Amino acid sequence: MMSSPTLDLPSTKRTLANGLDVIVHEDRHVPIVAVNVWYHVGSKNERPGRTGFAHLFEHLMFEGSQHYNAGYFPPLQQAGALLNGSTNADRTNYWEVVPTSALDRALWMESDRMGFLLPALTRERFETQRDVVLNERRQTYENRPYGMAMMALSAALYPPDHPYSWMTIGSAEDIRAMQLEDVQEFFRTFYHPSNASLVLAGDVDTARAFDLAEAYFGEIPPGVRPQPLSNGARLSTETRLVLEDRVELPRIYLAWHSPAMFAADDAEMDLLGDLLANGKTSRLYNTLVYELRIALDVSAYQSSREIGSFFLLVATAAPGRTLTEIAARIDEELSRAADEGPSADEMDRAIAQAEAHFMYRLQTVGGFGGKSDQLNAYNVLRGTPDFFSADLERYRAATRGSLQAAARKHLSLDRRVVLSVIPRGQHALAIEGSTAVSVS
Amino acid sequence: MTRIDRSHLPEVGPDPAFTFPEIVRHTLGNGLRVCTIEHRNVPVVTFSLQVDGGSGSDPEGFEGLAAVVADMADEGTGSLSPIDVSDALARIGADYDVDVGGDATDFSLTTLTRFASRGASLLASMVTRPSLLEREFTRIRQMRLDRLRQLKDVASAVAEQTFLRMLYGTHPYAHLAIGTDAGLRRLTPDDVASFHARAFQPSRATLIVCGAMGHDELLREAETGFGDWAPSLRGVAAQRAASDDERLEPAAKLVVVHREAAPQSELRIGQLSARRVAPEYPALVVMNAVLGGQFVSRVNLKLREEKGFTYGARTSFDWRRGISPYSLHASVHTASTAEAIADSLAEFAGVRGLRPPTQEEMTLAKASLTRGYPRGFETAQQVARSVSMLSLYGLPDTYFEEFVPKIHAVTSADVVDAAARYLDPARLTTLVVGDYSVIAEPLRTLNLGEPELRQAEF
Repeated sequence: MMSSPTLDLPSTKRTLANGLDVIVHEDRHVPIVAVNVWYHVGSKNERPGRTGFAHLFEHLMFEGSQHYNAGYFPPLQQAGALLNGSTNADRTNYWEVVPTSALDRALWMESDRMGFLLPALTRERFETQRDVVLNERRQTYENRPYGMAMMALSAALYPPDHPYSWMTIGSAEDIRAMQLEDVQEFFRTFYHPSNASLVLAGDVDTARAFDLAEAYFGEIPPGVRPQPLSNGARLSTETRLVLEDRVELPRIYLAWHSPAMFAADDAEMDLLGDLLANGKTSRLYNTLVYELRIALDVSAYQSSREIGSFFLLVATAAPGRTLTEIAARIDEELSRAADEGPSADEMDRAIAQAEAHFMYRLQTVGGFGGKSDQLNAYNVLRGTPDFFSADLERYRAATRGSLQAAARKHLSLDRRVVLSVIPRGQHALAIEGSTAVSVS
Repeated sequence: MTRIDRSHLPEVGPDPAFTFPEIVRHTLGNGLRVCTIEHRNVPVVTFSLQVDGGSGSDPEGFEGLAAVVADMADEGTGSLSPIDVSDALARIGADYDVDVGGDATDFSLTTLTRFASRGASLLASMVTRPSLLEREFTRIRQMRLDRLRQLKDVASAVAEQTFLRMLYGTHPYAHLAIGTDAGLRRLTPDDVASFHARAFQPSRATLIVCGAMGHDELLREAETGFGDWAPSLRGVAAQRAASDDERLEPAAKLVVVHREAAPQSELRIGQLSARRVAPEYPALVVMNAVLGGQFVSRVNLKLREEKGFTYGARTSFDWRRGISPYSLHASVHTASTAEAIADSLAEFAGVRGLRPPTQEEMTLAKASLTRGYPRGFETAQQVARSVSMLSLYGLPDTYFEEFVPKIHAVTSADVVDAAARYLDPARLTTLVVGDYSVIAEPLRTLNLGEPELRQAEF
């Protein structure tokens, strides 16, 4: 008999007296341990005029702390670690994957920068990293085709004071204006055990892992957990915008507000992304790229976020084809999804893929998206690390009817942002009635 | 609980023992070499088929052919249309990927072990019996032409293509796998069918099967899928990648591809250096770790952490069977372009002997290479890819277990010797994709001669 493999991600959680959540997952296949720390702070915790802060701060976390007042990388790379960090709208994460023999060192380093960062933070280090971040912005956004589109979309989806109206990289002007004192204040507000979650996953005994966490992090004083933010944004019309860029071919972006991560319909929106644009069998790829060849590519996905998501659909025009004809086909398919939902066949395929991808997610302990990162995502955003099976269950519970209802409710043709990105000076290539925007 | 002593860092314990899983080798009746590896992390299996011949086998004037052939694998086979293939892959939750390298093409399919037989049969059918329909060929070729057109706007892609041409001239390695506009336009369905028939032969391929099953079962899946792959009668493809390539010289010292109003300059500094099978390979790996292979290497510490010129700078080998490029790559603020180049060239010169690796740098480089080694073998895909590398370069099965001791044996003098041999300042060449009107003047102060202005060529 063929038994269905177990799809689970078991863990044990304890909270230290200072409020730090500690989560342990044992996996003894390879002699490595993943250390993963989430701080529940992202660019959504910034204020207008102060954007880019959370991300710049992440850079400073690698510049040294009081008891190891030099770069964060050398002692860990010397121990055989792979390490990195990242910032998004909702959270900042830091991780090391170390040989089992170097776990103590990784915890020493992580705890030192959680508890003792500011004494090592000099003006010179701050100013160098401010330049590095400005370079990151130029490399990743300004000097890349279509690189500024998401900035224009974020600004159009949300009012200017909404925490998702700016991108995590921030505005260049705000980054240049940052002061060391602002950074110190940011650390005190957001970087403390009560606003953090630590996962140890891999070749480690659970009891020993908790002892180590207490030993290294237990002495760090608690802080005040920041107030959760709420989302008040709504679109009431269709907004059409056009942005010029150094590109050869026009591209259309359609964006909608959609349910927050883990909220009702979030999984349905994710599955709708697959139904519309994942692979040759998907409806939009099949129509736009495979059959009609009016688009070079098309993608659609639910970008799940803590206090409100967006659903994004993107297509690039084939040479000589127009965004207008592409948009017309997209709207046809959106209407069909809202009227009929997926077929039984499409639904079976989507669920089979979802189940396989949950299995693939169990292959690595560390790094971005590894088991340690997933446990922290569940803990920080759901309040419990024990959510892997329930997460998969959200997908298994989706039906043709629930996808149809979600499409009808969330992918309305008259409440969305439509952005045309066009080659410089060729305004005729934009969707009719678009207003020019510029971002810098 | 005792308080932690923060006056010094905890020492790192002894390295955990590392053993690579056993590779069992088999040969099927049709000549296909098969490697099986048990890997019981999660119930997943990876099939990785390496076919000899990659972009270096593109006939002259037909650049991009090997990649189009590889792309045709999921465009229909037997009674399955391209849509049916896509559907069949999705129904077993397959992760399917193709990588066209300079010397070989790697097809990989990962699926759940309960779908192993379906995965093996599907991959075999796709790769060994593709339909190669004209309609799909025309579509794929057009997609690639359109993609090339878009790459002209991507500074890093312009840099990659231009730099390969600067280094290799007319050698078969001188283009990216995607090829050139002229090469792609010249292709016909017959070219594709002929390349496939010549290159895709069981005797010129190696199948790696790695997953949560026993060797017998893994071999059985290989037999099921690939056992009836019949050799073609059309003979084997001639490998164009020449062997007599040691004397290739770059034609220019300093080239600029102009990019109007570019906020950053995309840099490449390097040369044709060594072959993957060079006996000095361990010393070269350590040299790279010291010079630019990781965050804490000299060039990143200089250009990012000290100067703030860039988000990151790295060096790397782009390994091939033949002579392979070694280069520094970075995207730097336009205003800092010339100074970043000068700093980089100084680092190249330093590691050749002016500033030999210090004991501290050697310890750091070797420790990071050896202690972190086991984590590269966590997933079935990683293990399969590693074994593919053995067959690509003809390395022994003991390679992975010998790696750590060989790295430990490298001395600072070995690194300087290897650098002196394989990093020749006379052959070092620099490419900048950036705003010529802003950077030309400062570039003239570098003593690299007049910057040669070139067009991006795809």
